[in-house]
Amino acid sequence: MKHIDSLTHVRGESLYLDDLPLREKTLHAAIFASPYAHGTIKFIDLDKALACTGVHAVITAQDIPGENQIGNILPDEPLLASGKVHYRGQPTALIVAETDELARAAREEIKLEIQPLPVVTDARQAAAKGLLIHAPRTFKNGNPDDYFDNFGRVFEGSTETGGQEHLYIETQGAYAFPTESGGVHVHSSTQGPTQVQRGISRVLGLPMHQVEVDVTRLGGGFGGKEDQATPIACLAALAAHITRRPVKLVLHRLDDMYMTGKRHPYSADYRIAVGRDYKIQAYEVTFYQNAGAAADLSPAVLERTLFHFTNAYYIPNCRATAYSCRTNLPPNTAFRGFGGPQGMFVIEAAIAHAARELGVTAECIQQNNIIKEGREFPYGQRALRCEARACWEDLRLRYSTRNLYDQVKKFNQKNKLKKKGLAVMPVCFGISFTKTMLNQASALVHIYTDGSVRISTGAVEMGQGVNTKMVQVVMRSLSLPAERIHIDTTNTSRIANSSPTAASAGADLNGKALEQACYRLTDRLLQLAANILKISRSDLSLRDQSVYAMKKKTDLTWDELISRAYEERLSLSAQAHYTTPQVHFSKDIEMGQPFAYHVYGAAAIEATVDCVRGTYVIDNVYVSHDYGKSMNPVIDLGQTEGGIVQGIGWMTMEEVIYDEKGILQSNALSTYKVPDIYATPGHIHVHFMDNNGHPLAIMKSKAIGEPPLMYGIGAYFAIYNAILAANPQADVPFHAPMTPERVLRGLYSNGFSLFKEKEKTTTTAGN
Amino acid sequence: MTGIAFILNHREVVSSLPPGSILLDYIRIHSRLIGTKIGCREGDCGACNILVGEPHGEGIRYRSMTSCLMPLANAHGKHIVTIEGLNRKDPTPVQRAMIEHGATQCGFCTVGFVVSLVGFCLGEKKPDEARAIASVDGNICRCTGYKSIERAAAAIAGELAELGEENRLERLVENGYLPDYFQTIPERLRALREKSAQPDVAKQAYIVGGGTDLYVQRPEEMSERRDRYIFDNPRLREVKQVDDEISVGAAATVTDLWESTEFAASFPSLDRAMKLVSSTPIRNMATIGGNLVNASPIGDMTIFFLALESRLDLLQQDEKRTIRLADFYKGYKLLDLGPGEIVESLRFRISDEKDLFNFEKVCKRTHLDIASVNTAVRMRVVDGVIRKAVFSAGGVSPVPMVLNKASALTAGRKPGHALIEEVTAAAENEISPISDARGSAEYKRLLLKQLITAHFLELFPQLCPVEANV
Repeated sequence: MKHIDSLTHVRGESLYLDDLPLREKTLHAAIFASPYAHGTIKFIDLDKALACTGVHAVITAQDIPGENQIGNILPDEPLLASGKVHYRGQPTALIVAETDELARAAREEIKLEIQPLPVVTDARQAAAKGLLIHAPRTFKNGNPDDYFDNFGRVFEGSTETGGQEHLYIETQGAYAFPTESGGVHVHSSTQGPTQVQRGISRVLGLPMHQVEVDVTRLGGGFGGKEDQATPIACLAALAAHITRRPVKLVLHRLDDMYMTGKRHPYSADYRIAVGRDYKIQAYEVTFYQNAGAAADLSPAVLERTLFHFTNAYYIPNCRATAYSCRTNLPPNTAFRGFGGPQGMFVIEAAIAHAARELGVTAECIQQNNIIKEGREFPYGQRALRCEARACWEDLRLRYSTRNLYDQVKKFNQKNKLKKKGLAVMPVCFGISFTKTMLNQASALVHIYTDGSVRISTGAVEMGQGVNTKMVQVVMRSLSLPAERIHIDTTNTSRIANSSPTAASAGADLNGKALEQACYRLTDRLLQLAANILKISRSDLSLRDQSVYAMKKKTDLTWDELISRAYEERLSLSAQAHYTTPQVHFSKDIEMGQPFAYHVYGAAAIEATVDCVRGTYVIDNVYVSHDYGKSMNPVIDLGQTEGGIVQGIGWMTMEEVIYDEKGILQSNALSTYKVPDIYATPGHIHVHFMDNNGHPLAIMKSKAIGEPPLMYGIGAYFAIYNAILAANPQADVPFHAPMTPERVLRGLYSNGFSLFKEKEKTTTTAGN
Repeated sequence: MTGIAFILNHREVVSSLPPGSILLDYIRIHSRLIGTKIGCREGDCGACNILVGEPHGEGIRYRSMTSCLMPLANAHGKHIVTIEGLNRKDPTPVQRAMIEHGATQCGFCTVGFVVSLVGFCLGEKKPDEARAIASVDGNICRCTGYKSIERAAAAIAGELAELGEENRLERLVENGYLPDYFQTIPERLRALREKSAQPDVAKQAYIVGGGTDLYVQRPEEMSERRDRYIFDNPRLREVKQVDDEISVGAAATVTDLWESTEFAASFPSLDRAMKLVSSTPIRNMATIGGNLVNASPIGDMTIFFLALESRLDLLQQDEKRTIRLADFYKGYKLLDLGPGEIVESLRFRISDEKDLFNFEKVCKRTHLDIASVNTAVRMRVVDGVIRKAVFSAGGVSPVPMVLNKASALTAGRKPGHALIEEVTAAAENEISPISDARGSAEYKRLLLKQLITAHFLELFPQLCPVEANV
């Protein structure tokens, strides 16, 4: 089944926030953000802006009727700066005017004076100064120290991974209307409507029932609209509340880029001890997460880094310590993978390092350490229904990685100006919110008297196809064709207290709730059918819009059954609530069972480096992925390909650059590059592993949003290996992204020259 | 008729908005055609792509453009097509292919892709998969990873190839690619152009070409202005051969240049070079004059023409003068151009079989990106000896420059590794790169050296080192 929005998408008829028809007398808002990264506010001149044509209000912190606080995990983030500014791009005032142009023109008239304070942009520097979001956390298994102290083959080093701009093509936005009862109705481009509702309620000092949040769809989210949509919606609501007019706030791209947080850059130190059998005896890592100026979701992101610091490997002795460091950058936030990729990069770097020193391929070490059924992860959960080795073996056999290595070797022997590299990347990703509380969802199903069905869940559609999967759940549960089912916008009045659509768990949680709601209805309806048909309830089922007795179609159709149910005054609506069973985690001991299940997979990535120019292409990506029983292969393939390319982007060309003053240098699409159609790999070969799926996955179809992104990490190491093929002495720090600059400087390190060797060869030949 | 007159989808419209207004805003706000999306407002994402048709021979030629950088004035006398003007009752073959191959996820970029692909269908060249993909080289999708879009593009190219090339527009209408009204456009557009005058020119005017830089740098200011819009001026758009020279009108677009047979004849590797210059919609808008006058130290076409020892014809009132392009740049964004003086055309000597030309460019993303360093060279080689070489380089000094010293020392030399080392060493001494988002100064030095090496390896393949153990 294709994405249910496909037709309106290709016709340009799908509505996004910016497309909503304007209500009469709508005002437009623009954010004045701090131009400075850190300082005490001395003076802010608003008078000139207030005097500008068409300006209705200029709102600052003191105008907030409720609490000036939007911090979700920790209360450390004001909606509008007050007293101090902590990053460049921090919202400080809001201009409300008759048009967007007038609001932006007035913004130019605002002057902010500060007493500068020291600007910290680097995580390690922040840690050295004790600037931490919270106390460091440590996950540990076995006794790593024993091995580091008494073992020869220990390798240590450092890594850096950069940030990543979400670059959803639809920027952040919200549109708020005051209601007759003094509340607000808000359209928001958010992954977390309840969080927006809670935020607005807090900022306006209103009970939550006075705040309604509605989400049609997002033009991309990727985690960037999980927490960071909240301030935008709060500002629009605040302006609507104060001016008593509808207020629209849609960020221009450049504002979006410099005001909002991104994927967390990480710096890390590692030590790895590898045995003669290439078993990893011990591994230790210290992470420095660059959290930015406020907690945002950083503590949760940090936690997931710790959950995934051993990736898909079983390491008997390991320890990871993680620091969430407060810097003067926009608060970094959720981004597909949520700290997992940052954790996995380090172990892969450590393995690549060890392999280089030991003169073997990284694959040799990876192969010997893939986690097996029943082994424990460092946080105490066992790997059950573990598909790690199955995926790994499938990859090796299906695509014959041995042949691939041989081909690369042959190519490299024949070619001097171009070199190929191959890298294998296994992935293991835990599914569930690591904060156990969030693993709940509810769903609402109405059957109308004509037999058509309208459903609501807490899931937000952002392109990932969750709404399509929800419709599929209902199609199967009620045995109806897609055209008889309509899915509603995500709305806090229909679905209360929803968790954000995040953690790859949207389809599982909401789908399971929806299944239960449908089950309640079918149970009720089949009981009625049993009475009508005088056949035992247990023999009845719904199929092809009819009631079946045993396997035989009866005369009772769906439409008739619904009519009868209405006549009998049965409720044709059901609401259900789902909680993931058995998940728990204790921070005190850093142990528990945080995940419903794990998703596994393995990928091989082949890259070619141009040794003259330092440029590269990703030729092939080969994947064996554990989808469980995919309920929608078109959507799941799309998520896989999209995730891989986004992961490759993070590892290669996407470079977030701040200068020492905390000013974003990569501040536009002209300086921040995401993959274009020519940058996508030549081929992405995907194999759907054939297995029984997992009972906690919706229709046994495992979560797909995040896991494939991490295959992209293989691109870094494929390019790394190609550089080493050209220059075995190359000095290539484990520093991602691997931009053409890093490639060229790596290639031409330690005296490498394209021509030298030839001269040498000529001499040898002469002898 | 006063105001800016054009056909928007199936409807003749006249607008009295300032001619500098942004077409995207006219489409979305004033016409409420909301299928066209706002992604970046700087021509870098393609979410706002539209098709622009203008009379060409007997028919209409359509090209994709980014409406975010297009002044309303440039729509004057054109057929402007948004997604609403492409929709039929049933999905068109392009739309169907996008659906079938799962090539739409969040949908926000999708319309831009559909419009670009229809632009491909309307193209004059033989349809194939590579051209279909090239048509979306200015569209960014953050969801799909493009593989499904490639599959859709391949399917479209395949179906299109079966239609044949005669009477393309008619066949596209017949086969449901376009709504029927497209067949009425040639006549209606001609009628419209006859009765509507060009908008007035203001006294204190900028000269606006494609708008692809002015509208990135200062959109607010531009959108309220009335300027001198030369995009449509046929005299300034000509690419022609005059004696042993090619003359390029300042308003010729990069696409005009690429498609000119006179021009292409001089450059065997033109396709490779041009593919590295921005994207299809931007090449369809950006003018050569604009690229030169913009004075970016990294302008691709500027670097291209510097190596050809081009000259500029400048015009002030009725006074003409000709200067060397290399002398045009006086300092960072500082030109030898008097007040009111305009660049009329650029001329360069046509290469013959003894001339070799190469263009190199490296950036973070190979396509649709601004160079970290770009460079071009034209060498005259007689009997294996370099008579003369001119190397140009961008991104390594405040102005786009000719590497005079490096160029000079090649005269009379045979190409070889020793010469490469001397040339790169000389180049190293005449450049002054700075560190920025496109790379550190140190990198740019290394990169220029490598790209000069690449020139030699491209032009003299015998210099390529081979792996020792083969």
